[in-house]
Amino acid sequence: MNLELIVESLKLRVRYGAKNLKREVTGGFVGDLLSDVIANSQEGNVWITRQIHQNIIAVASLKEIAGIVLVQGSEPAAETLARAEQEGIPLLVSDLPGFEVAGRIYKMLNP
Amino acid sequence: MSEETKYDGHFAVEGGNFRNAGQVSSRIKNILKDLGCDSDMVRRAAIVTYEAEINIVSYARKGLIHLRAKPDSVRIEISDEGPGIADIELAMQEGYSTASPIVREMGFGAGMGLANMKRFSDNFSITSRVNEGTQVVMQIDQVH
Ligand SMILES: Nc1ncnc2c1ncn2[C@@H]1O[C@H](COP(=O)(O)OP(=O)(O)O)[C@@H](O)[C@H]1O
Ligand SMILES: [Mg+2]
Repeated sequence: MNLELIVESLKLRVRYGAKNLKREVTGGFVGDLLSDVIANSQEGNVWITRQIHQNIIAVASLKEIAGIVLVQGSEPAAETLARAEQEGIPLLVSDLPGFEVAGRIYKMLNP
Repeated sequence: MSEETKYDGHFAVEGGNFRNAGQVSSRIKNILKDLGCDSDMVRRAAIVTYEAEINIVSYARKGLIHLRAKPDSVRIEISDEGPGIADIELAMQEGYSTASPIVREMGFGAGMGLANMKRFSDNFSITSRVNEGTQVVMQIDQVH
């Protein structure tokens, strides 16, 4: 399953990375604590978070995350968007709560 | 030939500067990539450097990161000038954190940074003196 199908299905708004959505998604990770994401996420995961600070891009890049989904209508800070472009990390936005985003993506990955 | 040093350099980190936090680990990642180092070794070196860098920015006045790369291992030495750590065993425990509310708002302060440095390195040691500073030495070996 690639990120593009998830974007379409959940009607995610692509704040950056329309060209980087072909990547295969290996699973997902939910969390707002950066060291927890560093410890426990896997390469190719989608990362679901409410954190909007630019540090999320550094962490996503370190862990080779496929894309970040900001939930509950959170919008990325301006510097976060700029960093996402530099690092080529797709930055997606949903109005849905994290629980629902995670549930829907989980179902898509484990039909 | 495994004793041959491929890179030896220092990087300064400024305490309190969250805007630039992560720049050294990002540079180190690129340097090691350009040297053609094993990708797992590069990934782990970047992760442990990131956590070390965040600790300098969060707690110390300033710090220095020394990177030495050999063909099949990377050594990263961190030293900072700052408050030091009174109880290292406590600081190493996952979940223990003295991070300020401002630091927590940015997503740091999970109390897992030192544990992550240990987890992602093959060799980890830490020493500290209160009111002087903290030193961390980590080695990462190529797996195969
Ligand atoms: N370089 C340092 N100087 C002073 N104190 C530190 C340093 N690094 C870590 N500490 C102390 O150890 C605690 C645990 O650190 P760490 O495991 O990185 O988690 P966190 O940074 O999320 O709190 C910190 O909250 C802090 O009290
Ligand atoms: Mg830390």
